[in-house]
Amino acid sequence: MPILETDSKLVQDYEHGFVTDIVTDEVPKGLNEDIIRMISAKKEEPEWMLKLRLEAYAHWQTMTSPTWAFIDHPEIDYNDIRYYSAPGSMLDDDGEVDPELAKTFERLGIPLNERDALAGVAIDAVFDSVSVGTTHTELLEEHGIIFCSFSEAIKNHPELIKQYMGSVVPMKDNYFAALNAAVFTDGSFCFVPKGVRCPLDLSTYFRINSADTGQFERTLIVCEDDAYVSYIEGCTAPQRDTNQLHAAVVEIYAHKGAEVKYSTVQNWYAGNDEGKGGIYNFVTKRGLCKGAKSKISWTQVEVGSAITWKYPSVIMEGDGSIGEFYSVAFTNKKMQADTGTKMIHIGKNTSSTIISKGISADYSDNTYRGLVKVLPGADGAKNHSICDSMLVGPNCSANTFPYIESENSNAVIAHEATTSAISEDQLFYLQSRGISEEDAASLIVKGFCKEVFKELPMEFSVEAVKLLELKLEGSIG
Amino acid sequence: MNGLSIKDLHAEIDETAILKGLSLEVPRGEVHAIMGPNGSGKSTLASVAMGHPAFEVSKGSIALDGEDLLELDPDERARLGLFLAFQYPVAIPGVSVAKFLKTAADAHHPDGKAPAREFIAALKENMGFLEMKSGFQNRGLNEGFSGGEKKRMEILQMLMLKPSFAIMDETDSGLDVDALQVVAKGVNKLRGPELGLLVITHYERILNLIEPDRLHILMDGQIVHSGGQEVMKRVEAEGYDWVREEAGLPPEPAAV
Repeated sequence: MPILETDSKLVQDYEHGFVTDIVTDEVPKGLNEDIIRMISAKKEEPEWMLKLRLEAYAHWQTMTSPTWAFIDHPEIDYNDIRYYSAPGSMLDDDGEVDPELAKTFERLGIPLNERDALAGVAIDAVFDSVSVGTTHTELLEEHGIIFCSFSEAIKNHPELIKQYMGSVVPMKDNYFAALNAAVFTDGSFCFVPKGVRCPLDLSTYFRINSADTGQFERTLIVCEDDAYVSYIEGCTAPQRDTNQLHAAVVEIYAHKGAEVKYSTVQNWYAGNDEGKGGIYNFVTKRGLCKGAKSKISWTQVEVGSAITWKYPSVIMEGDGSIGEFYSVAFTNKKMQADTGTKMIHIGKNTSSTIISKGISADYSDNTYRGLVKVLPGADGAKNHSICDSMLVGPNCSANTFPYIESENSNAVIAHEATTSAISEDQLFYLQSRGISEEDAASLIVKGFCKEVFKELPMEFSVEAVKLLELKLEGSIG
Repeated sequence: MNGLSIKDLHAEIDETAILKGLSLEVPRGEVHAIMGPNGSGKSTLASVAMGHPAFEVSKGSIALDGEDLLELDPDERARLGLFLAFQYPVAIPGVSVAKFLKTAADAHHPDGKAPAREFIAALKENMGFLEMKSGFQNRGLNEGFSGGEKKRMEILQMLMLKPSFAIMDETDSGLDVDALQVVAKGVNKLRGPELGLLVITHYERILNLIEPDRLHILMDGQIVHSGGQEVMKRVEAEGYDWVREEAGLPPEPAAV
C-alpha cells in the first residue's frame, strides 16, 4: 500500500520556487557595527533607532544560540549572511510599482494595485528587506487606522514606535530577538485607535528573493481600548540549495477590551527530498493582553520551511483576558518543526485555549512544545489544550512536550493529546465508496485539522486547505 | 454474466489461507445469503471482493458483470457499482456525514461532481425513509455512533450511491428489532431486477425480512452446500454438523 511504504516517490514541485531577476541594492555579507550603521543609513533612520540597534547588537554578542529544541541543524555562520537587500528601483517613472516586482507578487496571487485588490483585504508587500507597497492606506486613514511599513512608522510615528516596540518582546528576551532588534529590516506596523473596528483584514505578504540574504522582519500591532483588527501574514521564498534564515519578531499589544486576530499561512521553501536548502524559520511572536477583557488569537498553518521554531504566545495580564492558539503544522520530506505556544496567566479569570494539530510525513520530525503557566495571583484561570499528532508513513516522528506550571490552586487546566496514523482501514472504507486513495487521505487529514481551519478568516481558510492538500499529494502514493 | 462471479478463489492473510477454492455465482436481480460458522471466511470473502490490501489472492477470479475485479483498486471496484456494507464501520473524525456522502457521490458521478440540489433532496428523502433524526448529517462519520446508527449509516450510503451489486457483511449483528426493520426496509427499497445482493449473516431474523432466492453455507473457506429456505431452517434447528457430514469434511477441530 503506497501510503505506508518507506519512500515517497513523488517530488512535489514548490510552485513558488522561482527567482525574480531584479537589480538589487545590497550591503556586503557579514555582521558588524558598520553593517548595522549602513542598514540604518539606507533606511534613513533617526539616531535613537540606530542607538537601539547597536545596543541590541552589543547584547547579542554576549549571548549564545539556544540548543534545547528538538531540532538538528548545522551551526549558522552569522557572517555569511547578507543583512540587507532591496530591489534597486521600486517605482517606475509613473510612480507605479516596478513591473518586475508587481509581476512577482501577481504570480504569487498578491495583487499590489488596488484595481485588482483582494476585496476586503489591505496588503503590505515586503520583498526581501523592504516593503514595496501598501494598499488601502487612505481608506484606513479615514478610520484613524495606521497601517504602514515598520520603516515608515519609525519616520512618521516615532512616538508610537518608542512607546510600544520592545514592550512585548524586549531585545534581551532571547538570542534571535536580540539579533532581530539589531538588524531588523522591515515589516508592518498597525495601530487601531479606541473603539475602532478595522473594516478590512490587514495583511502582510513576505517574499524572500535574494540569495544569501536573511530576512529579519519586525511587525508591531497595537489595538487601543475596544478596538479590533484581523491580521493575516503570508510567506514564500524561492527554491535554493542553501539555507536562508528568517528570524522575525512580532509583537501584539492589546488594551482594555481590544481584540486582535493574527493568522499566518506559512509556505517558505522547505528544502528538497534530501533536506538540502530551505528556510530556517526562527520566530518570536508574542501578544500582551494588557487591558482587562482583551483577547489575542493566533491561528497558524505552517506547511513550509526546512526548520520551524516558533511559539506564538499570549501573556494575559488584564483581568478576564483571553488567549487562543490554533495551529496546523505539517512537515514532510526532511523538514523539522519544534513549535507550540506559551500561555501565561497573570490577571484574574483569564482563560486560554490551545488546539494544535501536527501532521508528519516522509522522514520529517514534528514537535509540539507548549507551556501553560499560571502565576499565584491568577485566580480563576482556565486552560484547555488539545494536542493531536498524525503520522503518515513509518519514518516520520511526532513528539509532544507539554509543560504545565501552576502556582494557583483554583486554576482549571485540561490537557488532551492523541497520536494517530492514517489507518489502512479508514482509507479502505473511503475507497470502498469510490473515493481515490489520495482524496481519501486528504479527507482524513482535513477532518483532523477541522477545528483549526474554522478559525481562519474565510479567504485564507480556502487557501490553507488547498495548500495542505497540495503538500499532502507529495507524501501519498 | 451479469452479477458477481467468483471462481475457485484462494485468499490468505499473513500467510494463513482463509479462502480455499470458493466458487459462487450471484446474478443481478437475485438475493443470495451466506451463512457459516465463525472463522469460515465470511468476512474475508467480503473484504477480498472489495479489495482490502491486507489479503492476498493466490488463485482464482472475481468478476462483476464480466469485468475482472482483481486488478482493480477498491475505489475502482466501487465506481463499477460494487458496494460493501461493513460489519464494523470505521470512524473518520472531523468529516461530516454530509461531506463524506457528497465526496462519494462526486466520485461516482461521470463529471466528477454530483449536482448539489438533487443530492440534498435525495439525502433528505433517504434520511427520512430510514427514520434518521435531522442533524444526523452534521455528525462526524461514525464518530460516537451506536451500533444501530452505524448500520443505518451503511444503508443510507447504499440508498445514496445506488450500487449495482451490494455485499452486506453481518449487517444484522447487534441490532434490535426496530433497527433491523429499518435496515430491511432500506434494502427492500433498492431490491429489483438491477440489483444483485449478497447477504452474509449468522441469523435467521434478517432472512425472514429480506427473503433470499438462494442460500449458501460457507465452511473452511469454501461453499459446501447450497439450497433454498429449508437449508436455513435446518441450520437453525440442528447447527452445522450435518453440513460437515454431507460435504465430507472432517469433524470440526477442537476449540482453541
